[in-house]
Amino acid sequence: MNSAVIVFPGTNRERDMVLALSAAGARPVEVWHRETRLPAVDLIVIPGGFSYGDYLRAGCMAGHSPIIREVKKQAEAGVHVLGVCNGFQVLTETGLLPGALLRNAHLKFICKDVHLKVENNGTPFLSGYESGAVMSVPVAHHDGNYFADEATLDALDGEGRVAVRYCGPDGTVTRYHNPNGSQRNIAGIYNKRGNILGMMPHPEDAIDKLLGGIGGKPLFDGLAGALGPTS
Amino acid sequence: MSAMTPAVFAEHGLSEAEYDKILDILGREPNLTELGVFSVMWSEHCSYKSSKKWLKKLPTEAPWVICGPGENAGVIDIGDGQAAVFKMESHNHPSYIEPYQGAATGVGGILRDVFTMGARPVANMNVLRFGDASHPKTRHLVAGVVSGIGGYGNCVGVPTLGGECAFHGSYDGNILVNAMTVGIADADKIFYSAATGAGNLVVYVGSKTGRDGIHGATMASAEFTENSDEKRPTVQVGDPFTEKLLIEACLELMATDVIVAIQDMGAAGLTSSSFEMASKGGVGVDLNLDQVPAREENMTAYEFLLSESQERMLMVLKPGEEDTARKIFEKWELDFSVVGRLTDTGRMVIREKGEVAADLPIDPLALASPEYDRPWVVAPPPADVCAADVPAPGPIFALLKNLMGSPDLCSKRWIWEQYDHLVMGDTVQRPGGDAAVVRVRDTQKALAITTDCTPRYCLADPVMGGKQAVAETWRNLTAVGAQPLAITDNLNFGNPERPEIMGQFVGAIEGIGAACTVLEVPVVSGNVSLYNETNGEAILPTPAIGAVGLLTDYTQAVGLAFPGDGLAVYLIGETQGHLGQSLYLREIAGREEGKAPPVDLDRERKIGDFVRDEIGRGVITSCHDISDGGLLVALAEMALAANIGITITAGGGSLSDHAWAFGEDQARYLVTAAGKHFVALAEVARVPVTCIGRTGGVALVWGDQTLTLDELRAAHEDWLPDYMAG
Repeated sequence: MNSAVIVFPGTNRERDMVLALSAAGARPVEVWHRETRLPAVDLIVIPGGFSYGDYLRAGCMAGHSPIIREVKKQAEAGVHVLGVCNGFQVLTETGLLPGALLRNAHLKFICKDVHLKVENNGTPFLSGYESGAVMSVPVAHHDGNYFADEATLDALDGEGRVAVRYCGPDGTVTRYHNPNGSQRNIAGIYNKRGNILGMMPHPEDAIDKLLGGIGGKPLFDGLAGALGPTS
Repeated sequence: MSAMTPAVFAEHGLSEAEYDKILDILGREPNLTELGVFSVMWSEHCSYKSSKKWLKKLPTEAPWVICGPGENAGVIDIGDGQAAVFKMESHNHPSYIEPYQGAATGVGGILRDVFTMGARPVANMNVLRFGDASHPKTRHLVAGVVSGIGGYGNCVGVPTLGGECAFHGSYDGNILVNAMTVGIADADKIFYSAATGAGNLVVYVGSKTGRDGIHGATMASAEFTENSDEKRPTVQVGDPFTEKLLIEACLELMATDVIVAIQDMGAAGLTSSSFEMASKGGVGVDLNLDQVPAREENMTAYEFLLSESQERMLMVLKPGEEDTARKIFEKWELDFSVVGRLTDTGRMVIREKGEVAADLPIDPLALASPEYDRPWVVAPPPADVCAADVPAPGPIFALLKNLMGSPDLCSKRWIWEQYDHLVMGDTVQRPGGDAAVVRVRDTQKALAITTDCTPRYCLADPVMGGKQAVAETWRNLTAVGAQPLAITDNLNFGNPERPEIMGQFVGAIEGIGAACTVLEVPVVSGNVSLYNETNGEAILPTPAIGAVGLLTDYTQAVGLAFPGDGLAVYLIGETQGHLGQSLYLREIAGREEGKAPPVDLDRERKIGDFVRDEIGRGVITSCHDISDGGLLVALAEMALAANIGITITAGGGSLSDHAWAFGEDQARYLVTAAGKHFVALAEVARVPVTCIGRTGGVALVWGDQTLTLDELRAAHEDWLPDYMAG
């Protein structure tokens, strides 16, 4: 399989993402934000960072960059798109995913390991996990507090579009295990079609047992298994 | 031009003698712009005029040192054609005045010092000192500094891997913010700052120049008074996004072969970068200020030259390579402007709107700037404290719990969870251990990095305190299994014009030098911050040390957490029960007294080498050095990290319990080891070893005393968040 990692000025987790994708055999190439064409790929990744400095609103400027028009087009054609952290923020800013990421409830940047409960493993993104599985991956963000109106939240829940939720080590979902104030402990969501996943935590920083664990590895292996080895 | 009166040059921080020297050098009166240039270049911050006589005494060489002090950062060989580039630098004065921006731009400045040399920054560290927790400004300063360090490092995308943070009343009016960056470069692609080749173009890149930070270096070279808050406009404003672009653009340019010399514009901005580059290369410069990208209108030559606007670099390009460089900076949407040309005159000629705004000889302002031999005295050593005279007001475990929940020993999680310590995907050991460990991308190697200093020892005995600061960083690196290679020092002291302060400085240098020699860790870079005083009250002498070591295989690194149940825990080293200047004495008995614990460098070396060898062989499976708070504190930290308890079976013998438990004797480690022969191994190596207990359970147990990990954790983890919540 082939993948593309979009790099905006201010993106800073492209190296981590490229490492994780390479390890899974997803053959990543980096694509600069001013490009207007994407190579033929099975997966587009928008990685973390502070695109354009995020001085206006996290992900806002990137949502209007040249390459994003192409990302939208490819997503509509069914190509899989993964947005992590700032990438999730960009996807909500572009309208590819509903809701918004607000400043963390405690108003501070937070970097630590969290537990995530896999709510819906019926997409290539989470096919490497059992349904209900608990993974340990880190978060590192200032604006990860997921917000949407009640109707949208009900729709996300009703349509199985909540991908992962913050939880305890045993999978119980409580306010205590919510690191940023996200509504209904939402850490990641799908679009209706299930070919776009946005998530705040960083699976790409949990792919090596000596470097913080392998909680994120099944995500990349699962993607490679489901989307490869056709090309 | 205004007439030069004593009031004008005094306002520029220049003494009458210094002004007379200027008249000698120029053979005429300087104009105001020229006076401003002298003022910053001869400031303590830029010229090191009080310290350089003594800095020359530090050992700076070893076969693995590629570049020692004098450049933007130090460079050491880490094998396979790679180099580690690092330095620590202070941003104390600005951080007190405006904590968020002061700390943020401190991080920005030290990052630039490192990538200027061709290295990709891979780790940030810091040393923080705040005033007493009860001081009304402390909480606000902690919040601002931490969020500034995080705000800058997180956005730039370089992990902040830890550091140290402590509190003491002597820092009430002068906090310390020392930031360290470590980068990785190809050993044959290091970039230096010496400008050479008359006719070569001088290029300005990065952000535009504004009026911020004018006279920051002069401010950092004076004591504070009650009115220091009025100096807020001299603090710069950081833009980490532009810094990130600047890193990528510079590294992209450095992959080509067009740069002759490069330096960042730090303290004293365009002035210091141009003068220092020209002085090192023995050339002159024609500088045209009309070409300097300006953020504001109608800026004067004085303002252009003294601005400390951030995220700017100056470089000299090879002839005919202007377009190659310009294209790269345009891609990254950064300013790029040819602002001058090198000459062979040895003079800096600065033009603005067709007029000569300044015409100065270069060397007297840079390499040949003033050097002072300030008078110094050695303070009489304090009387020793005898353990029998120190009370133990309660059961040992109750005292342990108090200590673990005290400001200096409590968990600093509240701080480092605000730092992105994982970005770049190479973090092997996170904050909270003895040293951070970061993998060198695409290799098995890893760098271990630590920062440390024990200022209360330095006050009691500057020589011993200097030794101890180096020894402790060396021990920290050893405890994760790394071979220590070199250090950077950030020497924070009070007013050097006072002989007793100068005596502290001289003593600390002597101690640092002695430790560097025996432990074979040369000083490759550093920074001096003097005048850390408010209304005549100096900070504790704080020679902060940042040390870097190498692990040839990152999978061999060990941490401090007990690796399992049922394991013997060994104490390595000798315990004398030294309570003088200990945290126990200060926190429990409320006394800041006694002698600093003696540091025996040869013993330090012998014991440390043994520990490192046994980690490398896989015999030692977890390790923690014993420092602040003594043996029981170190043991408690290991237990908490693992969430595994320990039953203590040893005791102090002839020592009283509190001296054994909390004495701060040096050259000691706690370890667990695989196999049954560890004691024999240590005996063969003539290293003192004692089995002090066995891991297991969910509590610390010693005789009839029990302290559960939950209770201990609550005391340890809650202090800082509770304090910050106010």
